[in-house]
Amino acid sequence: MTFHQHTLPNGLTILGETNPAALSVAVAFWVKTGARDETPDVCGVSHFLEHMVFKGTPRRDAFAVNRDFSRIGADNNAWTSEENTVFHAVVLPEFLPHVVDVLADIMRPSLRGEDFATEKKVILDEIVRYEVQPGWASYDLARKNFYASHPLGNSILGTSESINALTRDQMEGYFRKRYLASNIVAVASGNFDFKRFVDLVGNACSDWPTGEVSRTNRTEPPGAGGMHLVTKPADKVAQEYVTLIAPAAPADHELGYAGSLLATVMGDYTGSRMFWSLIDPGLVDEAGMGIDECDGAGAYYTSFNSDPEHAEECFKIVRELLDDVQANGITPEEFLQAKTKILSREIRAGERSARRMFTIAKDWVYRGGYRSVDDELAAWDAVTMKDVRAVLDRYPLSNQTVSAYGPLEKLS
Amino acid sequence: MPQDIQSFTLSNGLTLLTERMPHVRSTSFNILLPAGAAHDPDGRQGLASLVCDLMTRGAGSRDNRELTDALDNLGVDRGESSGTLNVQLSGAMLSRNLVPTFEIYADILRRPHLPEDELDAAKSLSIQDIQSLEDDPQRKVMVELRKRYYPDPLGRDQRGTIEGVEAVTIEDVRRQHAELYHPRDVILSVAGELDPEAVKKEVERLFGDWKPLPRPPMRVATHVPTSGHIEKELDQTQISLAFPSVPIGHPDFYNVRGAIGVLSQDMSSRLFTNVREKHGLCYSVYASYESFRDRATIIGYAGARPELAQETLDRTLEEFRNLVNGIEEEELDRVKIGLKSSLIMRQESTAARAGSIASDWYFLGRVRSLEEIQASIDGLQVEKILDYLRRNPAKDFTVVTLGPAALKH
Repeated sequence: MTFHQHTLPNGLTILGETNPAALSVAVAFWVKTGARDETPDVCGVSHFLEHMVFKGTPRRDAFAVNRDFSRIGADNNAWTSEENTVFHAVVLPEFLPHVVDVLADIMRPSLRGEDFATEKKVILDEIVRYEVQPGWASYDLARKNFYASHPLGNSILGTSESINALTRDQMEGYFRKRYLASNIVAVASGNFDFKRFVDLVGNACSDWPTGEVSRTNRTEPPGAGGMHLVTKPADKVAQEYVTLIAPAAPADHELGYAGSLLATVMGDYTGSRMFWSLIDPGLVDEAGMGIDECDGAGAYYTSFNSDPEHAEECFKIVRELLDDVQANGITPEEFLQAKTKILSREIRAGERSARRMFTIAKDWVYRGGYRSVDDELAAWDAVTMKDVRAVLDRYPLSNQTVSAYGPLEKLS
Repeated sequence: MPQDIQSFTLSNGLTLLTERMPHVRSTSFNILLPAGAAHDPDGRQGLASLVCDLMTRGAGSRDNRELTDALDNLGVDRGESSGTLNVQLSGAMLSRNLVPTFEIYADILRRPHLPEDELDAAKSLSIQDIQSLEDDPQRKVMVELRKRYYPDPLGRDQRGTIEGVEAVTIEDVRRQHAELYHPRDVILSVAGELDPEAVKKEVERLFGDWKPLPRPPMRVATHVPTSGHIEKELDQTQISLAFPSVPIGHPDFYNVRGAIGVLSQDMSSRLFTNVREKHGLCYSVYASYESFRDRATIIGYAGARPELAQETLDRTLEEFRNLVNGIEEEELDRVKIGLKSSLIMRQESTAARAGSIASDWYFLGRVRSLEEIQASIDGLQVEKILDYLRRNPAKDFTVVTLGPAALKH
């Protein structure tokens, strides 16, 4: 596998990892914008705009966009997070020119008023779709509680009120500020020729406007702390959903690997401390700990959902696990086992063109560089027990903001 | 690159399928064993899932903790689950760890401890799994649909019932294991960086002396599907529907795939375009196909805000009924290229390949080559699909909804 990089005069970054043995090529346009970049009056616009990108351009109406992906057999989609909006497709190698043609075209959407009105209804349905799934609703709420006024707590979907109030012109204003060439990365991985890719992207994107794009408030949020309880009637929400969030290392932090390793020891789906203390004894059927690495900030998510009568017992166990690891760290056996799991997953993830594409783009956007699968493995290998202690000291697990969502009227 | 797929059936009835894949460092495996929820005795619904859970709580020389540690130390990502007919165990790891992993799985399948002191924990997980369905309306409506659409035991949910799980004793678990966990009709598939001869030798060593038993035929009840509505105060009405189709292996199978593709292959397909894009009725609407060996079903789903739910159902049913009135050549061309692309792209994934070859063997008793599947896709024609649809019109829908108000259909 070989890495390549090129920058167009307007600032658009082009990345590629070529692998002649791959059977496909994965391509994405990665826009460095998301919910955290929204002002309160346009809450949810990044995600709504992601939908509108598929509604067409001067060259294509909405149906033509979907049809042109379809007729090259593309496996395509898009997603929006707090920090990024990403449009991606996997195709057979012979369709590289076609897929760049469609993807690059839709990145300059017409934002037609009629499409905006129809799609607004779809977004409103997507909002209720998540609201009726307590797992999602509780996660959104927990973020808001932890981040308080920090923009990383912004809701990706927005609310029914904010979406109803949003106008087409506000969306266009946001688009003009955020979808500048200098804020976008075009990335490909798999079986393709990089020079060809640069030519295709260059032809399609060289006239995109450029400019300064800023992101406000890149401070590390301390976390609001405290216990935040939302009570729902038991006939609406059956289980109690408990989420604890604590500050963790940002995406470009040298202790990031140690933090992820710690989260694996504590909350992996198998063999972790939470697995043995909560799942194996049958107290909860879902529990885990993960890490969300963002631009300038990071967070540990520790969560479980249980039947309401066991929630208090489980909550106590989770707090004891966190206190214990904070005081005593992890054992050498746990350390080695977590490393083995992570290395095995990294190698397998590296076998899929689509997975590599996201990793390459993320490394570039967050860490300003490229790492091959082997670089990544070496970085994991280099993590020591001392690093795990250091990350515990720097980002203690004692500093939790707790959110509970479900039938309980109190939790302590 | 020609495919290197081999099959070996041991004298005890277990079939090993291998696919050697170039350019990967990993291997995935998949085990299908006919011990799913349909085999649960009356009053013990949920037993299959409990057996599945308890099998990994200690086996061979290892107790619960040692077994999990051993697999985690080999970096095996894995899952065990019971379906309606089959139990499935799957895993993925670095190729060099395949043999020690199989040694552990031979213990899990053949020498599980099924410890009594872990039964309550497993039951508690099963009951929570059933309860948490209430918080996932889309999955809930699908469970209710299958229950009303299929004859027993095919419509059973593998989670079972709270009463059934509570009634299970450790003797039930051990009896179920003794009667159903034997090598006859078991499919073990492996895909990745491997040497087929070496894998065969190891599988013979580990499973060759596993003793087979007869598998009595399953009795399926006679049943008339019934529509229904489950009332619940929800902000989104869940709509599900089902009607009969032809199973995998049937001469019309690819015609069905073509028809489903026109309706629901991607964002240019009819359901997405006509229900979501044109009218903004809902976020999610799709059709899918599921097959047993002797029967198959087309499933439809949509979720919509209650005030739009009736129109969503009407338009969705209309798309199913309207298909017989015509398909554009261009629509079918898109379906074909989509099917062929995903077929090739799935070749990058060892887990996808292990699953595909096992599924082929289960339904067809052989593994289809890429060329054969590609030729079948190339052979799709509008007129043949329409002919199939005329012979098998979309009708007799079973419609099950979950939400604040029932819908008309």
